[in-house]
Amino acid sequence: MTALSIRALSKRYANLEVLKGINLDIESGEFTVLVGPSGCGKSTLLNIVAGLDRASSGTVEIGGRVVNDVPPKDRDIAMVFQSYALYPSMTVRQNITFGMECRHVPKAEQDAAVANVAKLLQIEPLLGRKPSQLSGGQRQRVAMGRALVRDPLLFLFDEPLSNLDAKLRVEMRMEIKRLHQRIGATIVYVTHDQIEAMTMATRIAVMHHGQVQQFADPDTVYRYPANLFVARFMGSPPMNTMPARLEADNGGPVVVIGAGRPDEVRLRLRGYDVAASFVGREVVLGIRPECIAEGSRVFSGDAPIVVSAPVEMVEPTGAETMVLLRLGGEAAMARITPDIRPTLGASADFALDTRRICLFDPETERLIA
Amino acid sequence: MTNAVSTATRPGRPAISGALRRLPEYLTIWVPLLLSAAHLVSFSLWTIWISFTPSTLVPVSGWVGLRNYTAVLATRNWKIAFDNLLLFGSAFVLLSVVTGLVLAILLDQRIRGENVLRSIFLYPLAVSFVVTGTVWSWLLNPGVGIQKLVHDLGWTSFKFDWLIDRDMAIWTIVIAAIWQSSGFAMALFLAGLRSVDADLVKAAQIDGAGPFRMYRRVILPTLWPITVTVVVIQLQFAISTFDLVRALTNGGPGIATQLPALVVYDLMFQRSLLGRGAAAAVLMLLILLAVLLPYAAWRYIQQRRATHA
Amino acid sequence: MRDQTFAPTRILIYLVVSLIAAAWLAPLVVVVLNSLRTNEEIAQASMIGWPKHWAWSNYAAAWSGFCVAETCAGIRPYMLNSALVTIPATIFSTMLGAIAGYAVSLWRFRGDSWIYGIVTLGLFLPQQMRLLPWTIVLRDIGLINTLTGLVLIHTIQGLSFTTLFCRNYYVAIPHELIRAARIDGAGFFRIFWRIILPLSAPILIVTVIWQFTHIWNEFLYGVTFTSGQQQPVTAALIALSAAVADIPQHGVQSAAVIIAALPTLLIYLLGGRYFVRGLTAGAVK
Repeated sequence: MTALSIRALSKRYANLEVLKGINLDIESGEFTVLVGPSGCGKSTLLNIVAGLDRASSGTVEIGGRVVNDVPPKDRDIAMVFQSYALYPSMTVRQNITFGMECRHVPKAEQDAAVANVAKLLQIEPLLGRKPSQLSGGQRQRVAMGRALVRDPLLFLFDEPLSNLDAKLRVEMRMEIKRLHQRIGATIVYVTHDQIEAMTMATRIAVMHHGQVQQFADPDTVYRYPANLFVARFMGSPPMNTMPARLEADNGGPVVVIGAGRPDEVRLRLRGYDVAASFVGREVVLGIRPECIAEGSRVFSGDAPIVVSAPVEMVEPTGAETMVLLRLGGEAAMARITPDIRPTLGASADFALDTRRICLFDPETERLIA
Repeated sequence: MTNAVSTATRPGRPAISGALRRLPEYLTIWVPLLLSAAHLVSFSLWTIWISFTPSTLVPVSGWVGLRNYTAVLATRNWKIAFDNLLLFGSAFVLLSVVTGLVLAILLDQRIRGENVLRSIFLYPLAVSFVVTGTVWSWLLNPGVGIQKLVHDLGWTSFKFDWLIDRDMAIWTIVIAAIWQSSGFAMALFLAGLRSVDADLVKAAQIDGAGPFRMYRRVILPTLWPITVTVVVIQLQFAISTFDLVRALTNGGPGIATQLPALVVYDLMFQRSLLGRGAAAAVLMLLILLAVLLPYAAWRYIQQRRATHA
Repeated sequence: MRDQTFAPTRILIYLVVSLIAAAWLAPLVVVVLNSLRTNEEIAQASMIGWPKHWAWSNYAAAWSGFCVAETCAGIRPYMLNSALVTIPATIFSTMLGAIAGYAVSLWRFRGDSWIYGIVTLGLFLPQQMRLLPWTIVLRDIGLINTLTGLVLIHTIQGLSFTTLFCRNYYVAIPHELIRAARIDGAGFFRIFWRIILPLSAPILIVTVIWQFTHIWNEFLYGVTFTSGQQQPVTAALIALSAAVADIPQHGVQSAAVIIAALPTLLIYLLGGRYFVRGLTAGAVK
């Protein structure tokens, strides 16, 4: 069943177009993450879905019902906010039951629902406290409890983890994911953090300039970014992108970085199906840092391509070492094993995983192959 | 799909019943706000209109152009009131700002009993100008006040009779007004002093600035936006001063302490010259605008600068 | 810094501050002492002196004895008038201002910034610009020379301040709180009652103190729109001074002044912190 369906949705403020014809279909039980840099329109989109903001045109359907003119309370949704938005003057219990109170749910039913949710989130000892007496993580839990108790068709999360410190954020991330798996809820989750998107989502909608750039499962988004924006936004450090030239010889397509230079790099692409029209043209080559490794690394499959490149900077992080090097004159980040410490300024050997190279059209910035 | 689109765009019943349901909330929001805004706008326009009519005992329609204005401006009463306002306004504002600033700096020296002292300097703001004026009229009355006390103590040539001296009477109003509202300037300045960046003070200390230099070069320059605010508010108070003079001198001796607000009241309700009274009120408003408009422009520029920076 | 500059400078600071404080307290002390001296004693000496006999009877006379304009009921009826004007006008203007401030700050609606801008102009517009229209309106609706008329005026005019105070307080409340409540199904009034009002105690205290002090101390409207037995206490004090101009009764008059100033002074003593907050909040308009 389609839980949420957004059709040709646009939003204009005066002469500023914040959302430009959004189309999204989200299936029941999915965990969808809307991710993008600040100002991309993701929060506006979420507010329109919640009914807190009005669309300029287009429709929002929740559970098969057009809800454009339905007030937030009747949309069968629940929302968790960045600041948690716990009512400061109410206890945790009152915070959770306030919605039911507004809907005139009988007291006994309210108590049962609170008990249920409190147990699920392990917040029973907190029920009598005021929000000001809670830690950040506890507030987060209460905010989720308030959403869970509604048992809605659709959960909306608006950057719920950005106010937490790094350690707590990782814990809560796992907890939300576990919760989703346990109760099978449909979730739309807004964040600017691509790691949250990758770790939690069943599908990711990458947004930029008021448009959905790509809507796909995390692996696809990571492996086949629809365009240069997605390629550079998802992944940390981001995908290396550099100008290159696409050629063809009898063995198939070859990309050349720094063509004509003494240190030019020629990479033969196997298993790629590139339209003939691109052969002989400039393209943008994208290669993730983890596809450039120390020279002794063997990527599964074909014989590795090893090139020698000058090392400009070395950044050990403990688990791995990041190396900035030059491929045919273009800067690129490599992710190598921490056991090797390349010498700064000298050249070293690097193995390239050419099966995972992306090619983009430099004009449209779209993925070619 | 087509069905869905038409549902969304059709101005159907839900919208109307929704608006009806929200009627009480619209009424609660709009009625008080509209009433307040409407009375401000319409009453101002009404008074301005009356100022151009030949109204005397009751408002009448008709148009006399600026005749009421020229009549008011030509009276000795208004001239004295205006001169008094210039003197009273500048002396009172200057002295209350200086007093307030000195008090604030003294209280900022981490002295004991700061709360008690602050309460003492601020309590006059809680009493009415009528009370202030009455009490000071007793203290400054040469027959029963300070002069009498000093005479009784043996210094019989002592003279402090400003209250009945035509040339000096306006200064009694300055004294009472300073007593009443220097505390206000102090409170604002003290808040300003307390919000000076502590790192700034530490940096100046490391640079070797002594207390005097610290205030003159580091701390006081940060206070000048507050000073402008204090000056404008005190000027606004000076322009509309009425109760204090009514209670202290009632404009006397003669008309020596006349102020515009008293002239307005006198014309409107004692001489029943409504047209002229309204003209005098509009003149008061113009004097006020002469103070407030530059201030508003200054604030606007400050804000623009702050957002651009 | 404190320790290095102890000796002479600090003594000087304390000396100067104490002297100024004494000067600021002097008028109050003088009036309190006079309120306990007999009229004759004051007439013989000066206004400034220590009571020889504690004349507590001044207070009884001031409260319910002496005559103002041919009525000999003391200051009591005028105190009552002031209370009957100040208390309802304070409550009404605060309540309406709280709701208006809440609507303007947390519910965007068409034209809200315009109307709010006009309402705050009321902070600056001189009372004199409104005197004649109010006179005419009050006469036409039959409320001239009534306490109800003064309540109406102070309620409407007070809205400028109360709306400003509450609005400036409520803009600091996160909008997400309102959004969460709307999703929970709460409407305009329920959000106000259940979520906003419980958070409003500090600003309501400031507003109530401000309004009470200002309305109680107000003189111009009182003297313009009421007369005789309907006047508030500020206007009555002036009438009293005029009535006794020939044979001053300074002892009784001092007692009357103290009684008239007592409500606002008490509020200042009890809620000084909030009083000052109101002063500075009014200044940042």
